[in-house]
Amino acid sequence: MRRAFEIFDHTADIGIIAYGADIKQVFSNAALALFSLITEPESVEQTLYRDFEISSEDRETLLVEWLNELIYLFDAEQLVFSRFDIKDLTENQLQATCYGEYFKPGKHKAKMGIKAATYHMLKLEKDNDGYKARIIFDI
Amino acid sequence: MARWQGRIIKVDDYRWKIPQDYKEGMRVPGLIYATEEMLESIREEQTPEQVANVAFLPGIVGYSFAMPDIHWGYGFPIGGVAAMDIDGGVVSPGGVGYDINCGVRLLRTGLTAEDVCPRITQLIDELFRNIPSGVGSEGKIKVDQKEMARIMVEGARWAVKRGFGYEEDIEVTEEGGCLTGADPSKVSDKAIKRGMPQIGTLGSGNHFLEIEVVEEIFDPEVARVMGINEVGQVLILIHTGSRGFGHQVCTDYLHVMEQATAKYAIRLPDRQLACAPLASKEGRDYLAAMACAANYAWANRQCIAHWARESFAKVFGKSPEQLGIRQIYDVAHNIAKTEEHTFNGRQLTVCVHRKGATRAFPPGHKDVPQCYRKIGQPVLIPGDMGRCSFVAVGTARAMSETFGSTCHGAGRVLSRGAAKRSVRGREVVEELQRKGIVIKAESISSLAEEASEAYKDVTEIVEAVHQAGISRKIVKSKPIGVIKG
Repeated sequence: MRRAFEIFDHTADIGIIAYGADIKQVFSNAALALFSLITEPESVEQTLYRDFEISSEDRETLLVEWLNELIYLFDAEQLVFSRFDIKDLTENQLQATCYGEYFKPGKHKAKMGIKAATYHMLKLEKDNDGYKARIIFDI
Repeated sequence: MARWQGRIIKVDDYRWKIPQDYKEGMRVPGLIYATEEMLESIREEQTPEQVANVAFLPGIVGYSFAMPDIHWGYGFPIGGVAAMDIDGGVVSPGGVGYDINCGVRLLRTGLTAEDVCPRITQLIDELFRNIPSGVGSEGKIKVDQKEMARIMVEGARWAVKRGFGYEEDIEVTEEGGCLTGADPSKVSDKAIKRGMPQIGTLGSGNHFLEIEVVEEIFDPEVARVMGINEVGQVLILIHTGSRGFGHQVCTDYLHVMEQATAKYAIRLPDRQLACAPLASKEGRDYLAAMACAANYAWANRQCIAHWARESFAKVFGKSPEQLGIRQIYDVAHNIAKTEEHTFNGRQLTVCVHRKGATRAFPPGHKDVPQCYRKIGQPVLIPGDMGRCSFVAVGTARAMSETFGSTCHGAGRVLSRGAAKRSVRGREVVEELQRKGIVIKAESISSLAEEASEAYKDVTEIVEAVHQAGISRKIVKSKPIGVIKG
């Protein structure tokens, strides 16, 4: 079994490589990696949920938009999530439900402010063990 | 990242040219301002390649410029300057960056180090309490959607109207703290919702507020015009931008521009350079939304400056007026602006992209406030936490050569992760304390990312632009207290 994700340095910024047995799991692990940059997902209780429906022109762009949606919710509503159920995923559409709670200073560690998921060096590919995605965040 | 092996030609000790034929598709050459030593470190990343890539953009005039503090950025390098002809040129959100109108505001005080040092801990504590900072922090100003629309259109003036600061602050702010052409209908609901809780917050990352002491004055006559009279005088420097609001505007429009790039059949070597003609709907919409974010940033710095004044007043038991706290200037470091320039004898209207670069207009320019018309526009160049900052002024040479632009700061040399591995946050605090600098931060561990070792030496950067003649150094100051997110 591979790890869910890895984090790597990229000059002034930071990148993640998310793994998954299937494409849905890659999207879910990428989201988990994102919240591991923002806070400690282990400390996030699943007391509320949000449904997502995102559509885009292709799967790579969809991945970036999915992560940007989560970054937006953290900034706009201070929501942090720790579980991501990807219900449906096609070439250009995503349906998901995310579980988490409101960010509480003291309870949750504030690790890093994330501006956006970028298109730089973006990669989503299939390998022998499943799928792998690389995303760089502007921080 | 692999070392850049491309061809570069020495113009003089401070100028290096990437010839136009380096890469097929470049419309102009690249021009990097740096010493030979700096160029070596610039080559370590693929940054010169990014300078060459920017030269692909339609309508670019003269050169794709890079300042000595350049480092790798998305699409454009940070420290990049590019002027696009209004006729046939493009605008690129990547040429402005995610943090639209990230910038610097500098205040002077009538206090000296002797007055402030004994109370520096108390002062930093008070500033930290009074100015919201850090990841996930919410501001103390509650605004609704209607109020947000006013912030987007009025900029710093919105804050002054609400009692944060004075009319005279606006006079000494680039663009009067308000870029024209802002249209809130071009901004997404998401950006507005992301911006609402964050107005009046310092943020995280490399943003900070610093109490500084004047260490050296290079030109006393010019310094005096800015109200800087002696070594030991205390200054207040604020470095922040448009927060999540600007990030969302950039994110939204990168997507719009991706489609525009295909629609207008623009050939680009990097996806993050996505752009649209200045005259197109997409281009105009971005500029209208970007102006909203720029104005939000000016309102943000206006609020923070007000709380800084309040904090000083509380600690010293005197009014800000009695303490002589007045604004010197406020500059944008990440912005695209329509300006009139003369280049190679040709009069042009251009959209100047400055990404991690500062406007540096010369003495006599109509956009320099009356009080500085004789000395040129103040240029504010912060260093990293432990070292020093500079005040410079714009020059005629910058005007004729770089579309009135110069450097913006230190520029990263170590990744955040590498900085963290080389030094711990706690050690950074101790090192700063040894230097007599008091620091208070929301996240101690993130301090390591901003350690001095992670940045180029700002003194060398400023020396390079001074020697190149694209700005003139006037004052050097060093920090005695810092608050950070």
